[in-house]
Amino acid sequence: MQNDLLYIGIFMLISLFIPGIAITIAGLLGPKKPAPIKNSVYECGIETVGETWVQFKAQYYVYALIFLVFDVETIFLYPWAVAYNILTIWAVFEMVLFVIILLGGVLFAWQKGALEWQ
Amino acid sequence: MNSFWADPIGFVILWFISLLQGWGLPGDLVLLISYVVGALLLATGSLLLVIFLIWVERKIGGRVQDRLGPNRVGPYGLIQPIADMLKIFTKEFITPDGADKLVYNLAPILSVGSVIMIWAVVPFAINLYGSNLNVGVLYIVAVGGLGELGIILAGWGSNNKFALLGAFRAVAQLLSYEVPMVASLLIPVMLAGSMNLNEIVRAQTVPFIVMAPIAALIFFISSIAENGRAPFDLLEAESEIVAGFNVEYSGLKFGFFFVGDFLHAFTLALLFAVIFLGGWNGPAADSIPILGFVYLMIKTTIVYFLGLLVRFSLPRFRIDQMMALNWKVLVPLSLATLMLTAIFDKLAPAGNLLVQVIVLVLVNLIIWLLLQEFLARAFRDKPQRRAVLHSRPQADAAEDAPAQPQTDAMQS
Repeated sequence: MQNDLLYIGIFMLISLFIPGIAITIAGLLGPKKPAPIKNSVYECGIETVGETWVQFKAQYYVYALIFLVFDVETIFLYPWAVAYNILTIWAVFEMVLFVIILLGGVLFAWQKGALEWQ
Repeated sequence: MNSFWADPIGFVILWFISLLQGWGLPGDLVLLISYVVGALLLATGSLLLVIFLIWVERKIGGRVQDRLGPNRVGPYGLIQPIADMLKIFTKEFITPDGADKLVYNLAPILSVGSVIMIWAVVPFAINLYGSNLNVGVLYIVAVGGLGELGIILAGWGSNNKFALLGAFRAVAQLLSYEVPMVASLLIPVMLAGSMNLNEIVRAQTVPFIVMAPIAALIFFISSIAENGRAPFDLLEAESEIVAGFNVEYSGLKFGFFFVGDFLHAFTLALLFAVIFLGGWNGPAADSIPILGFVYLMIKTTIVYFLGLLVRFSLPRFRIDQMMALNWKVLVPLSLATLMLTAIFDKLAPAGNLLVQVIVLVLVNLIIWLLLQEFLARAFRDKPQRRAVLHSRPQADAAEDAPAQPQTDAMQS
């Protein structure tokens, strides 16, 4: 188990390391001739107006909130799924109850119109 | 140990470990060195595979669109991606003014690295896997989230409004489609009783696509969406927001987003083959590991090819359609499938595989028929597109009140 985690750790470092090295090498190989116009922000030829990091559509925020609830709750289901084969039918029904509450969450958000793209 | 030809890779690994031990190194160091070398080989191999994948994708894309595809450099254009690689390596990096340097440079590395990380837990054959991690499926989900982070960072760090729009769409799309993906992965985990990918492959005496076809379909659809390919390519819609999150990238940094994209498509096909199509299972795969590897690659190629056909033949969704498909169809469907599969699999008499398969196939069939009925009803009752919902307030509305507003006529 510890060896498996060690391998995963090594693998994660290496899989970030290889692209990093490749980009560094490419940066050394390529020419470096910055110019004000070349470095300006691309916006179809016209100059960009104002700050980039501006207010954004609230709709995205709503989806992010719904996602947070669902993903966390779905992750809770994984331990149950692993133990599924040794569970009794009652434990299964308890989890079904949990999933129904989850589904109720979707229906509530749907009812509230949070799922309509405006 | 079998002969070399039955298991060439395992043979080489054993030879390498015995070589290190022969030098008189301590056991821990041998383990560490073999891990580092193995990880390096696997990660480099997956990256080298991309060169071939680019050729495959361009060739198939060309054929679907009635073109020849690359055919000038080398036989059948096979050397073309290598030429492109060499060229992109010597291109200048143009960093836009005001970009958040750290975030901007981290994004391409994360988007490639997160895809390579998945390869650490994929079982390629009975004795050929990076790590026998007992929480493999959870690891895949977690690492997938890291790739989404790469795209969001790219959009945020570029100091460009098109890129920021792409990042917003990435938030909406990639995060949303993670929910049905995670929920559909629960069913194989449930049937196998383990999150370990090796155990999941071993549990598939009958491939899970037979026992859970709807979960497989949901996983396939949401894996295309997670990959951000047509018909779900809203986050890099060329005709709407030029290229989305990667507008401001150039040279190899730009290329790495596409390396990540091509590799992700193949990796998701690989995962589909492992989780739903039985992985390396096949005739004589237990005794001759290399055959298992061949079976896995054949299955992966079929799924990958299907994904390519979907990519090249379907037009792009509108964003509201895309979100509606996820939250109003896939999420309820995946949760309902999860519940019904759990109940009926438990109710079916234990120990009899044939009965279990029949019960699960019937359950999936019923869910499918119900889904069709619901969808047909939803499309029949509602008009596809409402033009104007509210009549506009007019200055002189009080004077000719009885006159019918025009919008009402348009609605019907």
